[in-house]
Amino acid sequence: MDFATIIELLDSAVRLGTPLLLACLAGLFSERAGIFDIGLEGKMLMAAFFSGAVAAMTGSAWLGLLAGIGGAMSLALIHGLASITFRGNQLISGVAVNFLASGFTVLIAQSWFQQGGRTPQLSGNARFEPITLPGADAVKDVPVIGQIYSNLLSGHTILVYVAFAMVPLTWWVLFRTRFGLRLRAVGENPESVDTAGVSVIRLRYTAVAITGVLSGLAGTYLATGLAAGFVKEMTAGRGFIALAALIFAKWRPVPALGATMLFGLLEAISNRYPNIDLGVVNLPIQFMQAVPYILTVVILAGFIGKAIPPRAGGQPYVKER
Amino acid sequence: MSAANKPKAGRQATAALGANNAATPAKVPAIELKGISKAFGTVQANKDIAIRVMPGTIHGIIGENGAGKSTLMSILYGFYKADKGEIWIKGQRTQIPDSQAAISAGIGMVFQHFKLVQNFTVLENIILGAEEGALLRPSLAKARKELKRLAEEYELNVDPDELIDELSVGHQQRVEILKALYRQADILILDEPTGVLTPDEADHLFRILDFLRKEGKTIILITHKLREIMEITDTVSVMRRGEMTATVTTSETSPEQLAELMVGRKVLLNVTKTKANPGATVLEVEDLRVRDEDKVERLKGISLNIRAGEILGIAGVAGNGQSELLKVLGGFANGTGTIRIKGEEIDLTGKHSDGQSRRARGIAHVPEDRHHLGLILDFMAWENMIFGYHTEAAYQKNALVMDNAGIIAHTASAMERFDVRPPIPTLPAKSFSGGNQQKIVLAREIERDPVLLLVGQPTRGVDIGAIEFIHKRIVELRDQGAAILLVSVELDEIFALSDRIAVMFDGQIMGERLPENTDEKELGLMMAGVAT
Repeated sequence: MDFATIIELLDSAVRLGTPLLLACLAGLFSERAGIFDIGLEGKMLMAAFFSGAVAAMTGSAWLGLLAGIGGAMSLALIHGLASITFRGNQLISGVAVNFLASGFTVLIAQSWFQQGGRTPQLSGNARFEPITLPGADAVKDVPVIGQIYSNLLSGHTILVYVAFAMVPLTWWVLFRTRFGLRLRAVGENPESVDTAGVSVIRLRYTAVAITGVLSGLAGTYLATGLAAGFVKEMTAGRGFIALAALIFAKWRPVPALGATMLFGLLEAISNRYPNIDLGVVNLPIQFMQAVPYILTVVILAGFIGKAIPPRAGGQPYVKER
Repeated sequence: MSAANKPKAGRQATAALGANNAATPAKVPAIELKGISKAFGTVQANKDIAIRVMPGTIHGIIGENGAGKSTLMSILYGFYKADKGEIWIKGQRTQIPDSQAAISAGIGMVFQHFKLVQNFTVLENIILGAEEGALLRPSLAKARKELKRLAEEYELNVDPDELIDELSVGHQQRVEILKALYRQADILILDEPTGVLTPDEADHLFRILDFLRKEGKTIILITHKLREIMEITDTVSVMRRGEMTATVTTSETSPEQLAELMVGRKVLLNVTKTKANPGATVLEVEDLRVRDEDKVERLKGISLNIRAGEILGIAGVAGNGQSELLKVLGGFANGTGTIRIKGEEIDLTGKHSDGQSRRARGIAHVPEDRHHLGLILDFMAWENMIFGYHTEAAYQKNALVMDNAGIIAHTASAMERFDVRPPIPTLPAKSFSGGNQQKIVLAREIERDPVLLLVGQPTRGVDIGAIEFIHKRIVELRDQGAAILLVSVELDEIFALSDRIAVMFDGQIMGERLPENTDEKELGLMMAGVAT
């Protein structure tokens, strides 16, 4: 394997890892506030559809992005309403969100575009185009550093850069701001927040709304950056893989970057080398495609270290004592 | 943003009022309640409560569990809204719709169950909700300085960077007090502060409260322990069944008088019982040791025995191994050592060490925590009445189905005999009051004539009428020839029921006494581990 191939693989890992990263950070905000969210998948799907549909109709990726965020946000608020205001079961609400998104997107896509539940192919300004970083073309032929700069760092869409910028930003918000302190506290012990005179409900809604925005970005990237349009069930379990990465990362932003990029790399490898011949056995394409999902199961089953979720996670807050 | 600005405005207002106070000292009460009433459904939790507390004093509120003390404090801290009545703070009528308003009015609350974030540092807990701006760094720095000052001033030493998880209960309580002081509270309310403390920690707490009083802070101490009231308060109010029955100056009263005011009749916990007539030894325990999940030894070689027709009372501050003793005897903790029932050894580990096999040996258990171990709260009374005994032939209709109608009828009659109110077998357990829940558990365990009854905190959270009933039943069971192990943190209860008293401290038995040959003072020293 030469250096150019490695760069290509990593480049591909970044592309494929980005939606996972955004979804993972989305889940991080919600779960740190004590609201479990297995509806990431549904929110991404909704965002993918609305961004694809609006981008196709208006020809603008940016309008698509707004629509995508709006779509994900509406589901986030449904989840918030069910689990914060009505103190419902957060897992059931999340499942409902997933089913809703799965059915709704295909139904509306068919009704609007009559293309069998997909949106029209996007092209031109309807997609987020790769951005060439300054000087990338000039240094293309410089060995190693130039190659890394022009092929790995340069040439991604704006959403990829946003996703990576979100990692330090999330860390900073969580651990350096008043909002972050309260957010973490409300996921650990909402009573402590309440008795300190801070509204638990408002904090949790804010967290859920941030989850809506970030999962909206994730879904939009799928439909307008990674692919060119919305396709039925195009999230393909990425919401759940992001959830696994979140547990793997123990609800911390920087490890979340590592975890999601690992999943991205696995997917990139399976895309590039459908068959891997190890000499003794020949791993078939199906196996390679299944690897990210197998890893998800392994992580969710708790084989990797002890991950302690936020202590008030999953429990509705009842104020009356 | 608005949340951040509000408390500051409130604090300024408070400070201004404080200055006024200084001009006319001790004229205006720091806090005054007028005609506070609060009902939950048909239950009148607070009825026409009135209190005046002067600044720089410690005011005790004493009353039995369920007398309405906690409801009153919740009203003061904005958790509940009073149906009627007025709250006056430093001479100003004040509305307290939420905790934020209480904090702004200068009220700080130290709850019985601490409201701390376990995996935050002390500093983070202290600034939570009282941050100075959107960024943490300046707030943390300021709090660190302030904490140092408070620590010097009031002997409130806590490492600001320690995680709450790593702190002892006493230190966690200090963090709660620091939280209130950091918010410039000058009225401090403590709800049953010593319930979880060792005697040493409790002494330290009282020293701190004394400092605070000298600084001019107003303190309200809620407790049901007469000793604490006599030791530290200036004035004391007694609550009974939602009403304030009396307010007296502490130096002009006596524990006896307070006890009488508390329960509403002359003698506290008067159990009519004859002298025990013990028979053969039922329970023998030798060198019993138990380790908890963290491998910490919680029982360090316990030996005791109980004879038929005898009540052995185990006294001690909560958390000194009493719970572990009950658990291993009841069959849901593993241990080493020897336990014999009527001379036959029982397994302490393995598959014959569980509740089922203990019951088969005639051991009945009224657990300390009836909500988690004694009952399934969402299940109906008749289901709860047979749990653990549900495999008995009497409850089966045939090989497949249970005789529900029969069980309901059996439950109805048991509820009648044990005076469970309301006597409706189909109500879920959670709909009964604490005392009636306890009677359901007691009925289930006593009805089968056990050879040994384990009882933990039988009257915790139970109203007075039920306490008397429960005590009577326990003595009756003794007179029928059962051996009874009573664990209680209430010394009054220990004295009222026990034929012999053993005191536990730090997983060991410090010694045994006969109730007629000892007193609370001696037992208190043993409970503190300083006497044997």
